[in-house]
Amino acid sequence: MKIVTASPIPNLVAPFTIIEVLKLLPWLAAAALPLVLPGYEPLATQVFVMILFALSLDLLVGYAGIVTLGHAGLFGVGGYTAGILSVHGFTDPIFTALCAMVLAAVAGLAFGVAILRTKGLTLLMLTMASAFLLYEIANKATSLTGGEDGLQGVSFAPVLGLFEFDFRGKTAFFYTLVVLFFVFVFVRAMIHSPFGWSLRGIRENDARMVAIGCPIMRRRLIVYVISAALAGLAGALQAQSTQFVALYSLSFELSGNILIMLILGGSGRLYGAFVGVPVFMFAQDLLAKQDPANWFLGQGIVLIVMVTLAPGGILGVAERTIDAIKQRRKA
Amino acid sequence: MDTAMLETRGLSCSFGSNLVIADVNFTLRPGERRALIGPNGAGKTTFINLLTGRLRPWSGNVLLNGVDITDLDEARRIRLGIGRTFQITSLFPRMTVRENVFLAVAECEGIAGNLLRSVLSYGRQVARVDELLHRVSLSDVGHVPAQLLPYGRQRLLEIAIALALRPKVLLLDEPAAGIPTAESHIILDILATLPNEIAVLLIDHDMDLVFRFAQQISVLVQGSILVEGAPSDIAADQRVREVYLGDNKHGRPAAA
Repeated sequence: MKIVTASPIPNLVAPFTIIEVLKLLPWLAAAALPLVLPGYEPLATQVFVMILFALSLDLLVGYAGIVTLGHAGLFGVGGYTAGILSVHGFTDPIFTALCAMVLAAVAGLAFGVAILRTKGLTLLMLTMASAFLLYEIANKATSLTGGEDGLQGVSFAPVLGLFEFDFRGKTAFFYTLVVLFFVFVFVRAMIHSPFGWSLRGIRENDARMVAIGCPIMRRRLIVYVISAALAGLAGALQAQSTQFVALYSLSFELSGNILIMLILGGSGRLYGAFVGVPVFMFAQDLLAKQDPANWFLGQGIVLIVMVTLAPGGILGVAERTIDAIKQRRKA
Repeated sequence: MDTAMLETRGLSCSFGSNLVIADVNFTLRPGERRALIGPNGAGKTTFINLLTGRLRPWSGNVLLNGVDITDLDEARRIRLGIGRTFQITSLFPRMTVRENVFLAVAECEGIAGNLLRSVLSYGRQVARVDELLHRVSLSDVGHVPAQLLPYGRQRLLEIAIALALRPKVLLLDEPAAGIPTAESHIILDILATLPNEIAVLLIDHDMDLVFRFAQQISVLVQGSILVEGAPSDIAADQRVREVYLGDNKHGRPAAA
């Protein structure tokens, strides 16, 4: 008989299940895309950028319980930072991306200090206000940002001095995919760290976290700054891959859309961004083709159905289905 | 040792015009096992909230080891060694029992801000979680989300979280509420395993538990300490009997 010694740390992390394996599929599919669907690289690049953006949002919404309708503000800060630097001759993609992260983090710190003391609706309104503020600054500072016309003349040097941004978008595709992967690894490590757990604790019961000695304001501020830096990075990748920065990147519409994408996929699940973004963008494309004038209606209906019938998003539904099947097998 | 572990001087607190705690001078010595009893609405939980910093006093001071902590916020006081449990269970409902305790261990040991190392790599802290769960007899449900535990076991988890903080002073707000009377000895057993130097203040309406646990009893009535003394003195005290057994002038009899 085989003797099974009890592991000193059982149950802390879910066992390796089918769903864990399924979660790896998007990565493999993504890397193989240029072979399977040549010509779709630019669209896929946009999907990666939005996944990265949604991932940064998930840290706030899904883990720290900070619901924001102004996350595009930080995305836009990153985009404009990279774009404006390139217009002024600083064209190295990685350098400008790092600058974008730093500036977005600084913006996140400034706003975070001001707004994170509040909760609920007040916080939601303040996140919106912070993004509106940035939007108006960009709108008025036309000499710097191009205002409503968008920032013209954006172009970047080859990645690592080797890979030039090509017309077909292959470089941008692999560049964003690699960055996304590293960010994913970072975020994944973070949510499984004591810090990540404490964020969940704050989301679940912030009063209790205080009563175990947690400086919750500091924790929330740290995650807000990290999330801001990642949103800024997504903005920079957007600017680099499209060679353009528009006011849309700071808009309420984008803030709302990214939240919808995350909720659609399932927040607080790490992979929600990877599911929600492609589904949303595909559906948007499809609905816009069907009815260019009224596709928002379709989007609204889908959202209402998801929120009322499938809390937890697509991944939530998948988890419950698998649980149900397991239960039935046990019975 | 005669120095006070925890002390209040002239502590008062009011909700609006309603004085809930009135000029309370209270001392808890290291290693003391004290119970705080009193009718419903006497201000017991408010008193605890003033000690932990959840509420701010209207006047007066709170001292821990002779240091004035009145101006420190709740989280900082907890880190200095004031641990508590809640009258109304306050857990992390969707996290597992082990995760609940780990959060407290992580805060106590100063690793909760660490960003990148996996929780799994903190072997010593994880072992402490298991040891604490063993102490409150919850080892078998470590993987169960806290909200799925029966209420009595949630109370035990509440205690495990408090113990995880290695408190110097432990404030237990009705720990046995919701635990069947026949099992309230579990609480006593757990308290008996505490290191001697920890000072414990217990609030409970279970007089059997209170009298078996306490070396000293303070009786709080309408925000003031009515009387303090050994359990036998308290049991014999005419004023206490009046409050609890008398004509209900001061409140309902609390031993429900």
